Amino acid sequence: MTSRVGFFTDTTLCIGCKACEVACKEWNHVPDDGLNFLGRSYDNTGELNADTWRHVAFIEQPALAPATGIKWLMSSDVCKHCTRAACLDVCPTGSLFRTEFGTVVVQEDICNGCGYCIPACPYGVIAKREPDGRVWKCTLCYDRLKGGMTPACAQACPTESIQFGPLDVLRGRAAERVSELHGQGVTEARLYGDDPNDGVEGAGAFFLLLDEPEVYGLPPDPVASTHRLSSMWRTAGTAGAAFALGLAAAFVGRRS
Amino acid sequence: MGTSFGRGGATTFQQDLANSDCIIIQGSNMAECHPVGFQWVMEAKARGAKIIHVDPRFTRTGAVADLHVPLRAGSDIAFLGGIVNYILEHGREFREYVVPYTNASSVVGESFRDTEDLDGFFSGWNAEDGYYEADTWQFEGNEVERDADNPKEVAVGEAHGHGSKLSGGRAPITDPTLEHPRCVFQILKRHYARYTPEMVEEVCGVPRDLFVEVAETLCQNSGRERTSAFCYAVGWTQHTVGVQYIRTAAIIQLLLGNIGRPGGGILALRGHASIQGSTDIPTLYNVLPGYMPMAHVEQNETLEQYLEMNGSPSGFWGHLPAYFVSLLKAWWGDAATSDNDFCFDWLPRISGDHSAYQTALDMLDGKVKGYFVVGENPAVGSSHSGLHRKALANLEWLVVRDFVEIESASFWYDAPEIETGELRTADIGTEVFLLPAAAHTEKDGTFTNTQRLLQWHHKAVEPIGDQRSELWFYYHLGRIIREKLAGSTDPRDASILSLTWEYPTEGPHDDPRADAVLAEINGFDAEGKPLSAYTEMKGDGSTRGGCWIYTGCYAGGVNQTARRKSGKDQDWVAAEWAWAWPANRRIIYNRASADPDGQPWSERKKYVWWDEAQGKWTGYDVPDFTPDMRPDYVPPPDAKAEMALRGDEPFVLQGDGRGWLYVPAGLLDGPLPTHYEPHESPFTNPLYSQNASPLRQRFARGANPYNPSAPDPGADAYPYVFTTYRLTEHHTAGGMSRHLPYLSELQPEFFCEVSPELADERGLEHGGWATIVTSRAAIEARVLVTERIVPLTVQGRTVHQVGLPYHWGTKGLSTGDSANDLLPLALDPNVHIQEAKASSCDIRPGRRPRGRERAELVESYPSVEKGREQ
Repeated sequence: MTSRVGFFTDTTLCIGCKACEVACKEWNHVPDDGLNFLGRSYDNTGELNADTWRHVAFIEQPALAPATGIKWLMSSDVCKHCTRAACLDVCPTGSLFRTEFGTVVVQEDICNGCGYCIPACPYGVIAKREPDGRVWKCTLCYDRLKGGMTPACAQACPTESIQFGPLDVLRGRAAERVSELHGQGVTEARLYGDDPNDGVEGAGAFFLLLDEPEVYGLPPDPVASTHRLSSMWRTAGTAGAAFALGLAAAFVGRRS
Repeated sequence: MGTSFGRGGATTFQQDLANSDCIIIQGSNMAECHPVGFQWVMEAKARGAKIIHVDPRFTRTGAVADLHVPLRAGSDIAFLGGIVNYILEHGREFREYVVPYTNASSVVGESFRDTEDLDGFFSGWNAEDGYYEADTWQFEGNEVERDADNPKEVAVGEAHGHGSKLSGGRAPITDPTLEHPRCVFQILKRHYARYTPEMVEEVCGVPRDLFVEVAETLCQNSGRERTSAFCYAVGWTQHTVGVQYIRTAAIIQLLLGNIGRPGGGILALRGHASIQGSTDIPTLYNVLPGYMPMAHVEQNETLEQYLEMNGSPSGFWGHLPAYFVSLLKAWWGDAATSDNDFCFDWLPRISGDHSAYQTALDMLDGKVKGYFVVGENPAVGSSHSGLHRKALANLEWLVVRDFVEIESASFWYDAPEIETGELRTADIGTEVFLLPAAAHTEKDGTFTNTQRLLQWHHKAVEPIGDQRSELWFYYHLGRIIREKLAGSTDPRDASILSLTWEYPTEGPHDDPRADAVLAEINGFDAEGKPLSAYTEMKGDGSTRGGCWIYTGCYAGGVNQTARRKSGKDQDWVAAEWAWAWPANRRIIYNRASADPDGQPWSERKKYVWWDEAQGKWTGYDVPDFTPDMRPDYVPPPDAKAEMALRGDEPFVLQGDGRGWLYVPAGLLDGPLPTHYEPHESPFTNPLYSQNASPLRQRFARGANPYNPSAPDPGADAYPYVFTTYRLTEHHTAGGMSRHLPYLSELQPEFFCEVSPELADERGLEHGGWATIVTSRAAIEARVLVTERIVPLTVQGRTVHQVGLPYHWGTKGLSTGDSANDLLPLALDPNVHIQEAKASSCDIRPGRRPRGRERAELVESYPSVEKGREQ
């Protein structure tokens, strides 16, 4: 296996151009997501789903100091390619698999549309495309990676807000960036999804945010539904054993 | 730019913004409209530069700027004039730069009177005919060349990208102490003395402290060690005083010593691919390639007259005969000889304003029979689009070349005027020829981008079906016309039959070779070898070249524009990436990056300098100067052209080699920028009793009504200011984006941006509909209520601004009303550009009426024929 790769999305550099959304759709032949005026600032795609694999959120909020009295946060969201990927864990067909790059990909020729993965994802990323019936999400441009290319969104990003590379390198860079920002007085800068000890055991696509994750529509403490699978089985096993023991005791007692 | 510095192009390049210590983006929404170039602003920010965005709206640019300054649309000259005043009042000018490199020391004649003296007018105003006689603007002791029969036509400088014309170039009397009461420096001081922070607050609605913060930040980041840049786009040009907006920035940058130096400059951001190219080799009626003026029917009867009128005794325009004769030789080849004035008589002549807007009015009057629309969509993209649709409906034939059926081709059945009953399909006689165009991926050629950079693109695929390149279309059109005329002895056909029209063709569709055309533009010497520099051009007919400023792009017979050496393999200037005019220079006037003695102003801002050992100029860029002219060179009295400039005069296209703070000739509307209100405004001018520019170009006729402006009766029917703009997600008039699902879904509907306060005042509901009304049109838009639009306090009262992206029309996946329907035809007199960025309107809740009632709503609003007189 080659080294694990991922995305570091530095939202302080995002200018909301949505080139990532368009480049993703162009390369991956993702259909349009409907022409709907949502009135959510400049966001008209709404959320990540089967037909939107990169989604730029626009958040208008009152600022603390500047003259205009407003801050406009922009952030390009994407599948997190979790270390502990619940979607993959629950997939009964093996359609979802972990690639040699450490990314999580759906094989569309295997997916049977059971949809187990949809509630399993703690971020609400993976979704079913109607009437196709199968689930779709970001592949981290698996085909481009195989060709030694950068994923389309990162390639198109003009300001290097979306950075692609080996995950360990990105994590180091992100830590440096945060301390740099803190040094400049941007104390609200924080990383999201970079911690290998979190509920998904660290995301392959992580973010530098300027506010709480909820502000961007991200869960504050995502936990893979299968995160405690082994301990759950242990607990279930213990419970089962206890129950069996009790049952046996009851029978024994009855006999006596 | 042309009149201030000598050339009509950005003075710097986008990558150089990374070297700036402060960047002021004003009149541009750079992050949204130039997202790729904006990476260099982000790079500067990462290196510690201050980014300031001055704009009516808090945009995606404002979101990442250090400081956003909201101001009232149409008030920028007051803001920038305030900065000029701040610099002069506090002695913040870079004096060692200003004295030798600008015309600050030039002494103006005694008869000049300023707008401060004449309440909003300069001396020389001819009230009867409504124009300025520029005689009194001249430097003391200068003669004025003026054609008594055509006084209005004297001022041609800005349109032609240079201000050196006329003997107004070099001032006979100068005062290097800058103390003479009539020297430019002192005139500037008096002119802007009332542009105080308090006045800026009153005119622009910018709190005085915020204004001072901008001015101070700019001053602190200018000088020997530091440089600041300005970025602007059509937010500055699209005003009745648009040229003067840019002039004000030029004055600031000259006073602070920020021109010709790394990290400095004024970056004119061009709206889309090759717009710079379309003025270099122009699609304008009054300019020939390389910013040479088009010949005038009365003033230029002979070649000699033309060269005499448009040349210059000093500076590089002193070689006009070489540039011009080479152009005539490129067009007419062997037929052009010195005996026939190189076919000068075959050049078409202009007799007045034949600009796009005048032509549309001429169509309405039935004076124009046929029209080509290429790379344009006037039915959506032009001011007062409804007037354009009616004009197109009055043609005999119309050719539209585009990727899709755009509104300028479909107006005859789906224009809004069909629904209102103003037009009837059965009555429209225009025969429309819609021809499919090839995309840039389907053809070879160059783009000339915002920084004067010619970049070659190779054909990736053959165009599908009947799609053809423009080059294919015009080449074969010309070929067929020439075949039809072959053998004609009619003198009027001789000019067409004698054109050089031989280009090699290739491919299944006989495409003319684009590189052969580029080689022709570059030019050839007498032996047919490619020229390597415009300095090799000659006026005797021995050289040919289609655009003198592009000479060198095919030097050595190599397509220099196709160079793609990686940035990793060369220094940051990247001189081997493509090719920039002139002579592959990336920062122009770069002699000014060195002091008068030829040494860098500072180590930190080192760029081009004099190398005494080698006896020539050297540095990171191609020196924009005579290569071996010593810094202490003083021209002998009989010197000509560039040799008539001193070794410390960096603006080599200007007759005096200086940057022009004051423009004695070349502009119709005055030597100094002055704040005037927009043509349509709910406010009066607090500076002068003359409210709007006296010289703004208006078209008084029924088809083009105007909103009454303050203080005239009826002005209160239009209490709000609106501005039009683009979004990242769409392309101009929409032909290239509204038909694509991936772009349409990102901004699927036409919307207006309003503040919560305005929404409350007018009962506008977020996500609902609003109707916006001017005396031209009533249109509807979805409502986006946002705190990014802030109400401003101007002249003691609250003003609300309405933001309107202008991309929509009737065709495509995403459709909607056209914001440009609202705009008036009111233009800058120098360049005939429309005032699209500041106007007045009303806004009301709900959708607009349908059918005839829509027209009735517009008619119920007050209108006037000429707009306010003052």
